[in-house]
Amino acid sequence: ECRLGGSAKRSYSITSCASVFQVNVRDALNQAMDEELERDERVFLLGEEVAQYDGAYKVSRGLWKKYGDKRIIDTPITEMGFAGIAVGAAFAGLRPICEFMTWNFSMQAIDQVINSAAKTYYMSAGFQTVPIVFRGPNGSSAGVAAQHSQCFAAWYGHCPGLKVVSPWNSEDARGLLKAAIRDDNPVVFLENEMMYGVPFELSEEMMHKDFVIPIGKAKVERQGTHITLVSHSRCVGFCLDAAAVLAKEGVECEVVNLRTIRPLDVDTIEASVMKTGNLVTVEGGWPQYGVGAEICARIMEGPAFNYLDAPAVRVTGVDIPMPYAKILEDHSVPQIKDIIFSVKKVLNM
Amino acid sequence: MQKMMTLISNVLRGSVSRNAASVVVSSRSYADFTPEATFDIKKVDLHRLEEGPPLTSTLTREDGLKYYRTMQTIRRMELKADQLYKQKIIRGFCHLYDGQEACAVGIEGGITLSDHLITAYRAHGYTLTRGGTVREIMAELTGRREGIAKGKGGSMHMYTKNFYGGNGIVGAQVPLGAGVALACKYLGTDQLCVSLYGDGAANQGQIFETYNMASLWKLPIIFICENNQYGMGTSVERASASTEYYKRGDFIPGLRVDGMDVLCVREATKFAADHCRSGKGPILMELQTYRYHGHSMSDPGVSYRTREEIQEVRSKSDPISMLKDRMLSNNMASVEELKEIDIEVRKEIEDAAQFATTDPEPPLDDLCSHIYANEKSFEVRGATPWTKLTSHS
Repeated sequence: ECRLGGSAKRSYSITSCASVFQVNVRDALNQAMDEELERDERVFLLGEEVAQYDGAYKVSRGLWKKYGDKRIIDTPITEMGFAGIAVGAAFAGLRPICEFMTWNFSMQAIDQVINSAAKTYYMSAGFQTVPIVFRGPNGSSAGVAAQHSQCFAAWYGHCPGLKVVSPWNSEDARGLLKAAIRDDNPVVFLENEMMYGVPFELSEEMMHKDFVIPIGKAKVERQGTHITLVSHSRCVGFCLDAAAVLAKEGVECEVVNLRTIRPLDVDTIEASVMKTGNLVTVEGGWPQYGVGAEICARIMEGPAFNYLDAPAVRVTGVDIPMPYAKILEDHSVPQIKDIIFSVKKVLNM
Repeated sequence: MQKMMTLISNVLRGSVSRNAASVVVSSRSYADFTPEATFDIKKVDLHRLEEGPPLTSTLTREDGLKYYRTMQTIRRMELKADQLYKQKIIRGFCHLYDGQEACAVGIEGGITLSDHLITAYRAHGYTLTRGGTVREIMAELTGRREGIAKGKGGSMHMYTKNFYGGNGIVGAQVPLGAGVALACKYLGTDQLCVSLYGDGAANQGQIFETYNMASLWKLPIIFICENNQYGMGTSVERASASTEYYKRGDFIPGLRVDGMDVLCVREATKFAADHCRSGKGPILMELQTYRYHGHSMSDPGVSYRTREEIQEVRSKSDPISMLKDRMLSNNMASVEELKEIDIEVRKEIEDAAQFATTDPEPPLDDLCSHIYANEKSFEVRGATPWTKLTSHS
């Protein structure tokens, strides 16, 4: 039985025993930040309640105790100001992680994300880099109602100059956050509060301190032959659940986890659609001008269109502000039955 | 209108005594010119400060000539930009700085190039004082490949080392500047950041958010409000419940300074820099200044103020004339020498303008470049699905 102890010094090698670690998404994010703070002195975290409160959702638990006031900074409730400060710090050579308590509050600071961070490298013709990560929980939660439930994947995914990442599981969270922190560009990192407590198995390789997942590459989570399901964040789990149910009826779904919203890995999606001939996109955000809309448009414009046996279809959040009552909320987001229903419709079953 | 003119005149009028100086005649240099002289400068209004900058400023001949040349260069460069704009060789936004030269030059006189500075869109003067050349500034205005931002940025987006633009969104540069200051403190340097904004921007919420954090964290930042009396077409009285911009930082100590006098600006900046470098945290300076042009090239600048007012400031408070008079009346330079500088400056501007109009536009290959840093080349979608362009870092 192997144990991964003192892994910092041990060089990576394939061992004959299969060590796996149960790590939930919250801890994966926490460990990723811890390791990157240790690795590079210029990395620091700022945001509301990130330090002494251990993080509003405990994602930064223990970091202030370990790294202190200089590197883990509690801010007042002034998003526009502290997001601007974070971007300025990135201009001057630091590598800030700017937390928005939820991405809904980023709207207060969106000018700094887009106009100060995303566009600066271009406007300066490559003179001024902006190595910043903006992170926080995105999309629907449970019972937090309309102002706290919006998905911003499409809004930020719209803008050139940004990288936009949307992890699903612990492996994604760990590898993509490390990649984002090491990236010299502004990265919008969209977490999901409902996923924070969900445990996943991480291999020894994934626990290595230099484990990074390339930004801009999707992952095929499940191989299939009849239809492609493309999704991001929490909905990837729903797609896998739907695929399990459909498998019993002889329908084999290929599930693609986008991992990155921008740049979109069109190649992986196209390859999958050219293999299966059918496409359903699944997202938590609203349908109009959303992530699914973009994927469908790209498929239409590319070689995969000729392989489609039926029009591509989107499963999305309902086109309404998020209601509060549980029964209403449940019916505002895509459910597994909606995915199954859509697959059967597309396959004419 | 009359009341406004009196208000502005009172604020900006140079006092007669200002040009008198106690002349330091230690040893006669070969040049026959006075090597340095000390001038009385206007007292600064203080907010939450027991003491302010000194009431005199000692100017060396060398510095005087340098400030003269730089201010004249900014002046001529801006006037040339005006010309080129009217010829439609410069397009889009063009916010000119003529009248305000003493601010940019005086500030630079109080800090060093290893300090940092950020401003808003009236930025051509600062791009120069922060190390840009007239040539690359003008070529940027005309959108050419040798422009300081390779033609990708334009008037409002010019960058040099330790100069973070040139920012188009009113007020956004202020928290950015505080972030730069945070980095200075974090990295353990004794550098500071000067973060500029106008009287129009002074009411922005994000600036007050920045005052708060900068004070809480004792960031080495000098907030500077360049009060040129008008935010676009709106006078300060019509925009601000309190026009005492140097007090708007509340808990932040403030100074109100004659922004038309380069020596005033320099002494105040030195004072403010000392404050920051001693770890006391932020400080706020209001520079009372004036712009001769309208808000931008699309604003004639006379619908909300009178030509008489503009003329009055030009004749009584022009920063370049003020410095020139001081130097001449104290035998620090000769008329011919200054004329020689004028000629050299004119030539530099002419050459730069010539270059800026003949340098080719950026290559189309550059269209999609500089999206991401340190990234291998990738495909960018063009205007149609068949137009596949490439982005290089």
